[in-house]
Amino acid sequence: MSASDPKFMHLRAVLAAAEPLGARVALGVPRLDGTLCGGLMRGGLHEVFAAPSHEAAAAGFVAGLTVRLGGPLLWIRQDYAGLEFGELAATGLLELGLDPSRLVLLRVPDAASALRAAADALTCAALGAVVIELTGAPKLLDLVAYRRLALAAGAGGVTVFLLRLAAESSGIGGAETRWLLRAAPSEEGEDWGRPVFDVELQRNRHGPAGHWTLEWSCDDGVFRPADRGAVVLASADRPSQAAMAAASAA
Amino acid sequence: MRLTAVDRQAAALGLAPGMALASARAMVPALKVMAANEPADQRLLEKIADWCDGFTPFVALDPPDGLLLDVTGATHLFGGEQAMLDRLRADLKRQGFTVAGALAGTALAARALARYRRGAVVPLGADSDAVAPLPVAALGLDPISVHAFRRAGLKTIGQVAHRGRAELTARFGAGMVFALDTAMGRAEVPISPRRPLPDYRAECRYAEPVTAAETMLATIKLLAERLAKNLEERGEGARALRAVFFRADGSVRRIAVETGAPTREPAIIERLFREKLDALADPVDPGFGFDLIRLEAERTEPCQVEAATLGNDESRAKEIRFLVDRLAARFGAHRVLSLQPRDTHIPENAFAAVPAQYAEPMRQHWQRTRTAHEAPRRPLRLLSPEPVSLLAGDTVRLRWRHVVHKIRRMEGPERIAMEWWHAPIDQQGAPDRDYFRAEDEEGRRFWLYREHGIRWFLHGVFA
Repeated sequence: MSASDPKFMHLRAVLAAAEPLGARVALGVPRLDGTLCGGLMRGGLHEVFAAPSHEAAAAGFVAGLTVRLGGPLLWIRQDYAGLEFGELAATGLLELGLDPSRLVLLRVPDAASALRAAADALTCAALGAVVIELTGAPKLLDLVAYRRLALAAGAGGVTVFLLRLAAESSGIGGAETRWLLRAAPSEEGEDWGRPVFDVELQRNRHGPAGHWTLEWSCDDGVFRPADRGAVVLASADRPSQAAMAAASAA
Repeated sequence: MRLTAVDRQAAALGLAPGMALASARAMVPALKVMAANEPADQRLLEKIADWCDGFTPFVALDPPDGLLLDVTGATHLFGGEQAMLDRLRADLKRQGFTVAGALAGTALAARALARYRRGAVVPLGADSDAVAPLPVAALGLDPISVHAFRRAGLKTIGQVAHRGRAELTARFGAGMVFALDTAMGRAEVPISPRRPLPDYRAECRYAEPVTAAETMLATIKLLAERLAKNLEERGEGARALRAVFFRADGSVRRIAVETGAPTREPAIIERLFREKLDALADPVDPGFGFDLIRLEAERTEPCQVEAATLGNDESRAKEIRFLVDRLAARFGAHRVLSLQPRDTHIPENAFAAVPAQYAEPMRQHWQRTRTAHEAPRRPLRLLSPEPVSLLAGDTVRLRWRHVVHKIRRMEGPERIAMEWWHAPIDQQGAPDRDYFRAEDEEGRRFWLYREHGIRWFLHGVFA
């Protein structure tokens, strides 16, 4: 399937008419961007789960997304997260191509404070993105909390990421997209070790789900397909998604 | 043991401070004695001084039991000198204190009058007449000098003042003559207030105490508007502000906020106090209400003209600063951090998270470790080094946090010297480290180092 496929174009038009899509930021991988109707929705709520012991990969993926979005960044972490999963290293961000000067780091004592701070930050339209790093499944994070974050993000035009560590990627969620991240082996060769992610798009309000292996290009600040080929999985929980999947199979 | 203080009843029975406890007990067998607690007395005096801040910001302690208030320019707010003194005494009496007060041209004269002629209000220039009939002890001199005066037959301040100055200086020293001069109103010693006086302050007094939180915030905004006007005239903005809430029952609460850049916009100031008040673990309790709210700019800095013509970048930067201030007011400045580079190769010291509000403009630039097109050389997540075991075999196995990772690839070493001239004290003499990048079967990328060629540590995880 290519973006010029008439069926695809038609479906996209239908979807676009059904609901305003908002501004999109292309991630750099055409098939992924196609699935996302042009890219990651700016001013939306995106939830990124880390597979067990793949926390660094999830953080790296989110860092990459914020580079794509641009603008100043607020990263909210709980106090003990540094001990458990490691401090967010400025030197490491720099290697990934994210200028650490763009970052404001907020340490909060608990999940309630994290959500409270995010709600405040989302009113600051000068921000490019807010990352809320949460460990486990706090009770506070119910549908109402999701809705609140999504509305605040939409109103201010600030993109918000829920980075979920040590949590099951199932159950409720009111996010625009939901991802499950793990690290993938890097390419063969002398200079191995570039960030390669196994990216599973589990939920997508405006399109089908999917599964890709992506590489983050630290120099250019875009995602690239890793050389493993991509599979788009059908997801039948929404009619429009089923249609989209059928279109992609055609 | 001796008596340090007696109440009125005991005084009527002939007891006095300084008397031995045994003789006091002999005189009054039913005497009730309590151990003196000087620190508690001191704290109480401080509290009263806090409360007196509501009358004038110039309050000085005169231990053990006195307070000096400079009310110059404040009396008209209370309807004159007499009315102010009456109100102060009445309010303190209501709180259960016994008060002796007087108002005079100099602090020492007022102090002497308060102790020996309560309630006196001395008109301007009449200090010497008012003080003259008081006993010499009222000068607050050491007991030896007082005793010497008595032996010389000089009983009142007036009698002392009649002696020649040269004679007095020769006999009692210059200090005594100076004390005499101040008491007589001939010389003046400025009192040193307990707190440094803020450059800018505005206050709002309520006839009827207010209790509603919204009224408190509205008051702060109103005061901020007044401060803003003064600040603007001098081209300054506030970096630190303090709101002081005076409760009708005498307790005083101070709440401070700070900003990352000079600010004088009332809306911003109000918002910062709103965040701060909302987040207090120990909320401001209005009790029966506040009768005075004051806003002070503690620290100010020159600040450029706030024009509507700010550039796009500039106004965005300002919005971010405001967000940082808000978050700092709510969570504390130490929790809102920005990252800054440090000039060292020691990985855990190569950057620092500093409070964003106080962050100086960076003197250094960020420098990547990797060259173009290379994979990252520094991990995204940095742990405090955790001992791990590395088992060699067909495949290298890394055991970390009770999980064994099969290492598929490994590269190194990159030697990092522990620069002794940069290392903190606790890392002095630490051995050099040989760093390795490693990747396991599932693609997790680790950053490991070896010390002394044998001990392995895991220091970080790459994205």
